[in-house]
Amino acid sequence: MALFDKHAVFEKHSLLLTVGILVVVAIGGIIEIAPLFYMSNTIERVNGMRPYTPLELAGREIYVREGCYVCHSQMVRPLRDEVERYGHYSLAAESMYDHPFQWGSKRTGPDLARVGGKYSDEWHMDHMADPRSVVPESIMPPYEFMVDRPLDYSMISETMAAMRVVGVPYTDAMIENADLDLRAQADPDFYPENVEYDYGLEDRYNEASGREGTVNVRVFDGVPEEVTEMDALIAYLQMLGTLVDFDTYEAGDLQNRR
Amino acid sequence: MSDHEKEIDEATGVETTGHEWDGIRELNNPLPRWWLYIFYASIAWAFVYWILMPAWPALPGMGTNTPGIRNHSDRDLVAASVQELRDARAETGQALINASLDEILSDQSLRQFAMAAGESAFGDNCATCHGAGGQGFPGYPTLADDVWLWGGSLDEIQHTITYGVRQDNLETRFSMMPAFGRDQILSSEEIRAVAHYVRTLSGLEEASEESHHGQEIFEFQCVSCHTEAGTGDQLQGAPDLTDRDWLYGSDLETVINTVYNARNSAMPAWGERLDEATIKALAVYVYSLSGGETNS
Repeated sequence: MALFDKHAVFEKHSLLLTVGILVVVAIGGIIEIAPLFYMSNTIERVNGMRPYTPLELAGREIYVREGCYVCHSQMVRPLRDEVERYGHYSLAAESMYDHPFQWGSKRTGPDLARVGGKYSDEWHMDHMADPRSVVPESIMPPYEFMVDRPLDYSMISETMAAMRVVGVPYTDAMIENADLDLRAQADPDFYPENVEYDYGLEDRYNEASGREGTVNVRVFDGVPEEVTEMDALIAYLQMLGTLVDFDTYEAGDLQNRR
Repeated sequence: MSDHEKEIDEATGVETTGHEWDGIRELNNPLPRWWLYIFYASIAWAFVYWILMPAWPALPGMGTNTPGIRNHSDRDLVAASVQELRDARAETGQALINASLDEILSDQSLRQFAMAAGESAFGDNCATCHGAGGQGFPGYPTLADDVWLWGGSLDEIQHTITYGVRQDNLETRFSMMPAFGRDQILSSEEIRAVAHYVRTLSGLEEASEESHHGQEIFEFQCVSCHTEAGTGDQLQGAPDLTDRDWLYGSDLETVINTVYNARNSAMPAWGERLDEATIKALAVYVYSLSGGETNS
């Protein structure tokens, strides 16, 4: 066993041992990481995904701020009971514009990956302000302060620019119009004073999506005069899981297999 | 090291490795055999796994990972599993689709199936707003009574569930109560007077000078939907104001608020989320919660 005798060389030279350990450990890393540099895509090919609108993005920031992910997951797993209850299992593509993703790991409350459109805006309002007024057995804390608290969107275009740096395809027009787009989504009769606005919110984001009707424009909290945190959060919740066109999604495609 | 002679430590009777540092020798206690063989077996299993299952990431040009000869995919499995469930339900589900709602109600086995399917779908999708037993909440109609905004016959219930209320489709239940105060149609005094009159309709308060004034405004502004007698109109989802059932509350402040801001709540169009058999089952279930109305 002459080869094993060479082991003494490692045992007697600490630097050599360190290098040896590094080489061995790196094998696993190289096999897992290196393919990511040459594989064109690790995300399914789908139709319909688009970046968040400014209002939805602001709502998402609130979702993160309040730690909703602690009790709510956004990940429908490929299991029969979950698909039956929540809808189509989540795709990697559906969180490709999420920084950070909100998959969560615990469901004290239900999964929210496909909550968009499942309940009315009024229900979300009532439920957020006082969960037990509509779900008596709920243990969710109330978020009544959001009803009146004005949304601080002073940094929204900067947030979008930052998202673009990490790969979210926001266009220049989207970022330039961020403030006005945000207000326009929360009020169908939006008419800004002293500012030029092209009312291009829906065009911009539908075009990015490739589908029609992906942007909900309405008064989410029932009060058109002011954009509140509630407006933003409901706008975000109401679009969750609604973007991908599953009619055109080919689960069997080799690229989409997992 | 392998060519040294076996040395047995005197104190413990254990073989040594033969390594010696400053007169100290190392005992050689090998791993237990059972552990060692499991270790070797798991290495062997790794090779088997690579062949059977998706394992190795793509090599350049391959595009995807090695599929393995079993071609395993969790997503295929769940698709097959859901399909299996659909197939298991297909026969009864198809029977629900083929039968009219009245037939489902009168056929015992169909009704049992519809009630079971309806109850489970109700629990996940409807109870969130309407309560676990359809008891309702302020703003969310009680389904377990015989008061209906949009009609309580089987067909009307099915229509409401399928197309929702105030949704973006042509068949949806739609009406829009004006916000009499916010849109400055009526003054605050006029709204207060109307609210007083509305409360007299169901006997919550006695007629007064103010309520008479309110009646004049009511006859001008409200009768087109709520009718002259205040009994409402199911075609427009206009509630009956003469009964003791109040969706948002019957105290004066709430009624004033309702007239001032209007109440135009919405319900999702479940036809976009649920299949036809489930919707029919839900219609039968909701109908049975209340006793319902007969088809007119």
